[in-house]
Amino acid sequence: MDYFAQQLINGLVLGSIYGLIAIGYTMVYGIVGMINFAHGDIFMIGGFIALITFLILVSFGLTAIPLILLVVLLVSMAITALYGWTVERIAYRPLRHSFRLAPMLSAIGMSFVLTNYSQVAQGARVKPVPPIITGGYTLHEGAGGFVVQLSNIQIIVVITTVVLLALFTWLVSSTRLGRDMRACEQDQTMASLLGVDVDRTISMTFVIGAALAAVAGMMYLLYYGLVDFFMGFVAGIKAFTAAVLGGIGSLPGAMLGGLLIGLIETLWSAYFSVEYKDVAAFSILIVVLIFLPTGLLGRPEVEKV
Amino acid sequence: MSADHILSVDHLSMRFGGIVAVNDLSFGAERRKITALIGPNGAGKTTVFNCITGFYKPTSGSMRLAHDDGRNIQLERLNDFRISKQAKVARTFQNIRLFPGMTALENLMVAQHNALMRASGLTLLGLIGAPSWRVAEKAAIDLARTWLERIGLLDRADDAAGNLPYGDQRRLEIARAMCTEPALLCLDEPAAGLNARESASLSELLLAIRANQGTSILLIEHDMSVVMEISDHVVVMDYGVKIAEGTPQHVRDDPKVIAAYLGADEEEAIAVMESGT
Repeated sequence: MDYFAQQLINGLVLGSIYGLIAIGYTMVYGIVGMINFAHGDIFMIGGFIALITFLILVSFGLTAIPLILLVVLLVSMAITALYGWTVERIAYRPLRHSFRLAPMLSAIGMSFVLTNYSQVAQGARVKPVPPIITGGYTLHEGAGGFVVQLSNIQIIVVITTVVLLALFTWLVSSTRLGRDMRACEQDQTMASLLGVDVDRTISMTFVIGAALAAVAGMMYLLYYGLVDFFMGFVAGIKAFTAAVLGGIGSLPGAMLGGLLIGLIETLWSAYFSVEYKDVAAFSILIVVLIFLPTGLLGRPEVEKV
Repeated sequence: MSADHILSVDHLSMRFGGIVAVNDLSFGAERRKITALIGPNGAGKTTVFNCITGFYKPTSGSMRLAHDDGRNIQLERLNDFRISKQAKVARTFQNIRLFPGMTALENLMVAQHNALMRASGLTLLGLIGAPSWRVAEKAAIDLARTWLERIGLLDRADDAAGNLPYGDQRRLEIARAMCTEPALLCLDEPAAGLNARESASLSELLLAIRANQGTSILLIEHDMSVVMEISDHVVVMDYGVKIAEGTPQHVRDDPKVIAAYLGADEEEAIAVMESGT
C-alpha cells in the first residue's frame, strides 16, 4: 500500500509535466487543425534555456534559490515563447492555405531542425545539473521500513502546474484573447470579418503553448536533473498521446490525459517492467481510441460548413 | 449621379474561368438608406457581396467606400480583418455563422475586438488589468447587453448561441455585425427561413438600425415583403448584369424584372401583367 501511494505521487508529478506539454498540442490542434510535431522539441528547448539561464545566474554569484527559480522560469518562458512564435511564422504560416498535410510535414521537418540545432549548439551529451531543490517530507513510514516521501521538488512541480492551469483557464474563458482564440477555433472567416486578426491570434496560441512547454522543460530539468537534445522526441510523443487520450482539442482533456499517461507509465514501471512502460502507455491509447475515437473528453467532430 | 453614396460600385466584373458571374455592374448605396440587391438565383448577388467584403479580388472595376469623415477607401485593396477594421464594413452570410459554442454575449464581445484591442494596448494593459482597460471592457459588455435587449435576448445572454431558436440566431447575427460599429452593413438574405412574424420583426429591427444608428444597409433578399417594406432603393440583377433599379414600386412594375423572375421574355411578361392585375 505504501509502495502504491509513493508511485501514485510519482505518477502525478510526471503526469503534470506531460499535461503542460499536451496543452500546447491540443490548443494548436483546436485552432489550426494540425498536429505541431515540433512541440516536443520546443519543450526540449525550454529545458535547455532553463539550464543555460540557471548556469548564468549561478556564475554571477546568485545564491537565493527562490529568486533564481523565478528568474529562470520567466526567462525560459519568454525565450521559448519566441521560439514558438518563430516556428509558426516561418514553418506554418506560409503553408496555412496549402493542402492539409503540408503544415504537418513542415512540423516534422521543424522538429528535426530543432533537435539537430540543439545537438550542434549544445553537444550530444546529457547535461546534468546538481540537485537544486532538495529535501522533502516523509508522509508515512511503513512497517517494512518503506518510506513514502513527498519531495519539495514534487510539490513545486504540482503547485506550478495547478497555478498555470488556473491562469490559463482564466485566460481562455474570460479574456479578450481567449475569446478571440475560441472564435478563430470555431470559424476563422467569420472571426476575421468581425475584425479579429486571425494570424495574430494563431501566433499568440503558439506563444502561449510554447511558454507552457518551457515551464514543463524547466520542471523536467529540476525533477530529473538532466537535459539532452533528444528528450523532446519521447516526451513530445507521450504528451501528444495524452492530448489524444483526453480528446484532442479539449483543454481539460489534455490535462486529464497527461495525468493518466503519467500514472499508467509509473505504475507499470513499478509493478511490471520499466523497459515496457512506453508499450503500456501507447497500448492504453490504442484501446481508448478503439472504443472512444474522440478521446475521453473530446467532442465528436462536427463537419464545418 | 448626385446622390450621397456611401458605397459606389463602378464597372465591377468578376470572372471565374469562363463564367462571368458579375458583368460590368455599377450601382450605389446611399448613405443612411437601405438598398436592396435582388434578382433570381444565380444572378451574382452574393458574388458582389464577396467582392465588397474582400473574399474575391474582382477581375476589374472598383468599389469605393466614402466615410462620413471624408475618407475614401477602395475596398478591392483590402481583405481579411481590415475590411472590418479600416473600411468598417460588416456582413452576414446566407447560412448562420455564429460561433455556436460561445454564449450570445460572447458572440457580441468578439465583434468588439477592435475597440477592445485599442483599449488593451495590444493585450498588455489587459493582462495587468489597467483601469482604462476595465472601463473599455465594461463599455463593451454594456454595448453587447444593449443589443441583446434590443433583439429581445437579454435573458438568454449566457446560453450557447448554437442552442438559440433559428429566428433568434438570425437576429443575433445582425446584432453581432452591428457591434463592430459598421458604416455599411451587408446582409445576405437575413429573412431566409423566417416565418411571416419573424420577417416582420426583422424589418422592424433593420428600420430601427437605420433610424437610430444611421448605418447604411445593403441587403440581398428574396422575401419581397421585406424588400418592399423597408428598401429605399432596389437594384435588380440577372445573369450578372443590372437590369433595373429604382424605388420598390418602380422596380415592381418593371416588365424586365417580372420577366427575369418568371423566366419568360419581356412581351410575355407584359401580357401577363396586363391580363392579371
